[in-house]
Amino acid sequence: MSRRGGPPEVNAGSMADIAFLLLIFFLVTTTIETDAGLDRMLPPLEPPETDVVIKQKNIFTVNINKNGQLLVEEELTQLKDLRAKAIAFLDNGGSPSGTSDYCNYCKGRRDASSSDSPIKAIISLKNDRETKYGTYITVQNELVGAYNDLRNREAQRLYGRDFTEMESEFLNPETPSRIRDELKDKVQRVQELFPQKLSEAQTSTAN
Amino acid sequence: MGKFNKKKDGDLPAVSTASLPDIVFMLLFFFMTVTTMKDSSLMVQNTLPNASEVKKLEKKDRVLYVYVGKPTPQYQKVFGSEPKIQLNDKFASVSEVGPFILQERAKKPQELQNVLTTALKVDKGANMGLISDIKQELRKVNALKINYTTYEGDAFRNLQ
Repeated sequence: MSRRGGPPEVNAGSMADIAFLLLIFFLVTTTIETDAGLDRMLPPLEPPETDVVIKQKNIFTVNINKNGQLLVEEELTQLKDLRAKAIAFLDNGGSPSGTSDYCNYCKGRRDASSSDSPIKAIISLKNDRETKYGTYITVQNELVGAYNDLRNREAQRLYGRDFTEMESEFLNPETPSRIRDELKDKVQRVQELFPQKLSEAQTSTAN
Repeated sequence: MGKFNKKKDGDLPAVSTASLPDIVFMLLFFFMTVTTMKDSSLMVQNTLPNASEVKKLEKKDRVLYVYVGKPTPQYQKVFGSEPKIQLNDKFASVSEVGPFILQERAKKPQELQNVLTTALKVDKGANMGLISDIKQELRKVNALKINYTTYEGDAFRNLQ
């Protein structure tokens, strides 16, 4: 028998079932979140060849003991006061005007016994082997926060917007490259005003 | 004429399901586009700490993951309850971190090998001693760019 008309229609009734099956598979395997965190650079293993002499007043020492207590510049400090202390240290600008280290954008106390300029200032972080990771991250967060606060202030002064906002727009791959190039200079400029110098000493073993 | 059956009274017309596949396909495409496959299952407890000054980790192909935390209850009988390192799908000791990074780095395309970031996903209850050992290992293999992966939130919540 010859068929009449066109070929018979394919039954599409099970299409929904197949689509559901796929849908459920992708639902189960989906993770939408993107990770975020604190970026850090580790120091290279080989020490630099020339030993740089750093003045004691340019170093801001932070010690964390195993109970999570903080010793900042030989003073027992609460965690919530750390950011203000770090800002005061970085923004001090102790060099007298006229010298090469003079910091003309600093708004600190200009105390001669504290850091010379933000370029020279170094934060040294030391922790115990038994320090909890959560405490350590909080301290790191506060120190990065101190830098970000100062950089935001300078970015506001120079470009009228926050540094953190400019930086995240610069790092976002979806930003058009024309805008990225423009931002790159601004971001670098602000970073040079307050370079992040965070040194981490080897952890102490006992006490 | 008996050709057409008379509708019986009180019978509801069936709801048309013809557009159901379209709706389902729409959902399907949404999930297909946002999906990233999970590559390893966690064998350690991983409650990350909170931090507010975070940066997003863009470009997942440039990231290597190192997990640290207490083994989950099902593994505690065998591996104990001290924080451990997990690399890919198995527990590892500190000395295995370096070779792991080198091995993973070799798998990446040439142009990415110098821009890799190591993401440390560490449980907030872990001790810094272990983290310092890991960092020392990373320095040995010159994997200097690291990221302490955290949740976004108030950092002072870590202390409770």
